[in-house]
Amino acid sequence: MAILVNKNTRVVIQGITGSAGSFHAKQCVAYGTQVVAGCTPGRGGETFEAEGPDGKKIGIPVFDTMAEAVKQTGADTSCVFVPPLGAADSILEAAEAGCRLVIAITEGIPVMDMVRARRVLDGKNVRLIGPNCPGVITPGECKIGIMPGHIHRPGKIGVVSRSGTLTYEAVGQLTALGIGQSTCIGIGGDPVNGTDFIDVLKLFNEDPNTEGVIMIGEIGGNAEERAAEYIKAQFKKPVAGFIAGTTAPPGKRMGHAGAIISGGKGTAKDKIAALTAAGVKVAPTPSDMGTTLKSLL
Amino acid sequence: MKIHEYQGKQIFAKYGIPVPKGYPAFSTEEAEAAAKRLIDETGVPVVVVKAQIHAGGRGKGGGVKVVKDGPKKARETADSLLGMQLVTHQTGPAGQKVRRLYIEQGLDIARELYLGMVVDREKKRIAIMASTEGGVEIEKVAAETPEKILTEHIDPALGLGGWQARKLAFGLEIGKGSPKPKETVKQFSDIVAKLGRLFEKEDCSLLEVNPLIVTKAGDVIALDSKINFDSNAEGRHPEWNELEDKDEEDAVELEAKEAGLSYINLDGDIGCLVNGAGLAMSTMDIIKHFGGEPANFLDVGGGATKEQVTKAFKIILHSDEVKGIFVNIFGGIMKCDVIAEGVVAAAKEIGLSVPCVVRLEGTNVDLGKKILSESGLKIVPAGTMADGAQKIVQLTRGA
Repeated sequence: MAILVNKNTRVVIQGITGSAGSFHAKQCVAYGTQVVAGCTPGRGGETFEAEGPDGKKIGIPVFDTMAEAVKQTGADTSCVFVPPLGAADSILEAAEAGCRLVIAITEGIPVMDMVRARRVLDGKNVRLIGPNCPGVITPGECKIGIMPGHIHRPGKIGVVSRSGTLTYEAVGQLTALGIGQSTCIGIGGDPVNGTDFIDVLKLFNEDPNTEGVIMIGEIGGNAEERAAEYIKAQFKKPVAGFIAGTTAPPGKRMGHAGAIISGGKGTAKDKIAALTAAGVKVAPTPSDMGTTLKSLL
Repeated sequence: MKIHEYQGKQIFAKYGIPVPKGYPAFSTEEAEAAAKRLIDETGVPVVVVKAQIHAGGRGKGGGVKVVKDGPKKARETADSLLGMQLVTHQTGPAGQKVRRLYIEQGLDIARELYLGMVVDREKKRIAIMASTEGGVEIEKVAAETPEKILTEHIDPALGLGGWQARKLAFGLEIGKGSPKPKETVKQFSDIVAKLGRLFEKEDCSLLEVNPLIVTKAGDVIALDSKINFDSNAEGRHPEWNELEDKDEEDAVELEAKEAGLSYINLDGDIGCLVNGAGLAMSTMDIIKHFGGEPANFLDVGGGATKEQVTKAFKIILHSDEVKGIFVNIFGGIMKCDVIAEGVVAAAKEIGLSVPCVVRLEGTNVDLGKKILSESGLKIVPAGTMADGAQKIVQLTRGA
């Protein structure tokens, strides 16, 4: 089972001929993901060469428009590697073309672009993950994004996080403890994103193959506090948590556009308190995320 | 990215938002000339000399002075402000050096209001906040009397509705006490609508008018301006280059930014070199957890090169405060051997005078470890984040 993506997911990579897009498209294909199309305006008709997990050569058709890519290949999920100033437009192009899931990896999209994009997406039956995120992986089936596939193993723990490398850290710890993952999702470090903790937690709640969750938040905003309310009221499975930024100074953007304490709001202390009150076991250090989850099983 | 009050007001004026008449001044001579010009132009003998720094709370900190005795006095006031270290609740204890002034006409203030705009993450829209409690720390109002802040959200497809602007205007009782209440409401609604357009078009991340004033004559004027731009939109705003004031930025943070690194200076003594913002933040946290103090936040990013790692090392060692370095890398896309090569190159080039603990995990980790151990450098390897943090704290404490 798992959530969002699996071995049947048909992926189109937007920006497949760019440096990041081509590198990661190859990595995804090598993992076994069904990348069925690429899209780069002006490069339609080309074939993108990649190798599957068995080393077999795979030719992926490139299209000028997303409408054509979806129509010709039946792609249902898009992964966006388009540079920041064009990325929001590409997200909307994917949605308009009929993709049910759009995963935006691009970092640095102007916030106002995302405000407008969200307004358009809100009326449509499409889910956006990210932007500024590592992507989504269902270990052993489908990897869409930039996470290192080899650290994962199939299993029953869901991971959801605002931070990329911290997700890898959690996954690495789980795998080292012999605990596999159902699906791992980076929701991204931007102030306006597509999918929040609550949306992902709802999916994990309904997924019979997920038995527990690691949720990794960071300073800024109140998404963790809102997730805590949801967990308290409705979530049926054990949750281990971690919040990055206990020592972050206020008013400073800690790398991510969204990771900033402003007006005394969005501190790690408040978030940890809210999660703890909701029954989430919060790891005392980032080194303890795996063991904290294990203690709940 | 932050800009000065006078620059913000120039943008306000471009959008037809009324601001007091004023001129920037970089020297005492310019301040005197500006004051003279203002008094001649307005016929009002009162001017205000305002220190221009990228921080709020300037009035309370002594950076805003009303001058009633002519241009000579304005010059003296300018002399006392220029070069001073202005300390406000937003600058930190060291304060910020005043290098620019803004000389502005004095106005008859009847009421001071607050107007602010941010992107509301939960609603995914621009929020406009207004309050009758203008001229003071709005953080305090928000914490103590949140009911005094009125909020409206702008639909990005439609823009701010006229009804929303009126809702704020009547909520603030903006016409109360005005000799021309209808006109005052109209002026206020017009300003709010224009600010909404400005926020969107200019890619702001924060906009504040504190205070927005109603004069005794009933006119609504933006007496202050604070604008932060969304750095992500830099690529479509070439004009921001001219608005940037590098004197207001931390020199090392600026150097790091130019090298494509995300760096923030902190007060501790353990330098951190990490890939990824979340991991970098939590590396600071774990150092603190084991009793150490991080000297910085440094994210080399997901695809850093050997050169960037070398640069990052140099930036950390810039500070005499740094007594040890903790390199914490989870190489996913970023390969561990690349990091190791960067560390070795930097250490050989500048000499490694302080203890250095390196924790590598992920792609090509064995190769990375081999490069480090064969380098002949005194690098302490660590197995996990916790192990590394404990080791660096121990080593720096002993030093």
